[in-house]
Amino acid sequence: MADSHINQAVVVEGLVKQFGPFAALRGVSGEFASGRLFVVLGENGAGKTTLLRIIAGLSQPTRGAVSVLGSPNIKEVRAQIGYMAHPSLLYDEMGGMENLRYFAGLYGIGAKGDSEDLAERRCREVIAAVKLDPDLERPIGQYSQGMRQRTSLARALLNDPRLLLLDEPFSNVDSRSAKQMSDLLAGLRDQGKTIFVVTHQPALLDPAADEFVWMEAGKIVNRTSHFETPQ
Amino acid sequence: MSFFNITRATLAKDIRLEWRSKDAINAMLFFSLLVVVIFSFAFDPTAEESRRIAGGLIWVAFLFAAIVALNQTWARELRNQVLDAYRVSPAPANPLFLAKALGNFIFVIVLEALMTPLFIMFYKLRVLGAAWQLLPIAALGTWALVVNGTFFAAISIRTRAREIMLPLLLFPLSIPALLAMVNSTTAVLTGEESARFWIALLVAYDVVFTTVGLLLFETVLEAE
Repeated sequence: MADSHINQAVVVEGLVKQFGPFAALRGVSGEFASGRLFVVLGENGAGKTTLLRIIAGLSQPTRGAVSVLGSPNIKEVRAQIGYMAHPSLLYDEMGGMENLRYFAGLYGIGAKGDSEDLAERRCREVIAAVKLDPDLERPIGQYSQGMRQRTSLARALLNDPRLLLLDEPFSNVDSRSAKQMSDLLAGLRDQGKTIFVVTHQPALLDPAADEFVWMEAGKIVNRTSHFETPQ
Repeated sequence: MSFFNITRATLAKDIRLEWRSKDAINAMLFFSLLVVVIFSFAFDPTAEESRRIAGGLIWVAFLFAAIVALNQTWARELRNQVLDAYRVSPAPANPLFLAKALGNFIFVIVLEALMTPLFIMFYKLRVLGAAWQLLPIAALGTWALVVNGTFFAAISIRTRAREIMLPLLLFPLSIPALLAMVNSTTAVLTGEESARFWIALLVAYDVVFTTVGLLLFETVLEAE
């Protein structure tokens, strides 16, 4: 699969995912080129989150194959993937920077040389990128939902990933912050990163998105270059 | 990042979270205190009887109290699905297991340090054997409880009735270790026989189950 898809960040072939009798994915196939911003749309239960979790390596398909960044073994490329889920994936009792320092350690950021400084610098960089104050000492549990979402995005950006998978990044985020986040994503795409965004607010990404991927009942039913409200 | 660094960072994070919430330690203390007080009211043993039953009583109290910490350690990772953040990272699974086991070991050892004087006071205990042996027995016995407990708590974490599932999985496998803990403690308290065999059994148990835990934990972590 790898040779013919050299410029593809993600290739999925006949993905099926069963949860007991329920099929969340029913044969999803597609190639997704590197350096593009894909917006994944569909109603609740269409299979968007399941697809994202399989690409992230968090879930195994019941049938079918997936290749991420040229590798069929997602474990090999985990260091190059950033993942943001609907829940925050952060410890409520710790502050934003504390959370980020811990996760930076898991990615080996600052593991060599001027270690502490490098990790600290990277954490401050990503917190600043999502327009939060690195010196904010409040625990995440006391953040507003929007601040939590932005910290969660910062965590996904920590390892400077080539592939960014974002599940509902704009939920409960005010429109100004959402615009800032979508500008940030457009900038990252311009740097050559591949981005998947699952959202129910596609209009926020309309100017920045390269492709809209429509899912319905566990299948990709349409791919368009512009956002069009389905008839 | 090295195995050691991830283990250290995860352990430090867990201790910090427990220090802030005190969820596990408070529940364990309360539970153990109840056991000590209720049993001391229910029975009124002589000093000799105390020495014979204290080993069993102490370890059963610590075993049940440890369950609280073991459930808490993974429940924390389920909130906000933080475990997924670990799973998508390139960090290997083993340091997470080792850090969690070490964290639980520290919490249970702290509990034992706080509760032992109370046990001595309430049950008028006086050690007749080599008292220093109680230290390796406590360390090895506690490790036996937490290493298995951490592993099985990780398995039961995604089940619906995980509070029930953990004891169901853990207790049968802990019987050899529990026997060794109780018998070695009783041997030291009464001074009637050597505790060496039971201590050796605890060492073997700990080595086997630590190795098995480290080898199989990746499969447990990756399971859906």
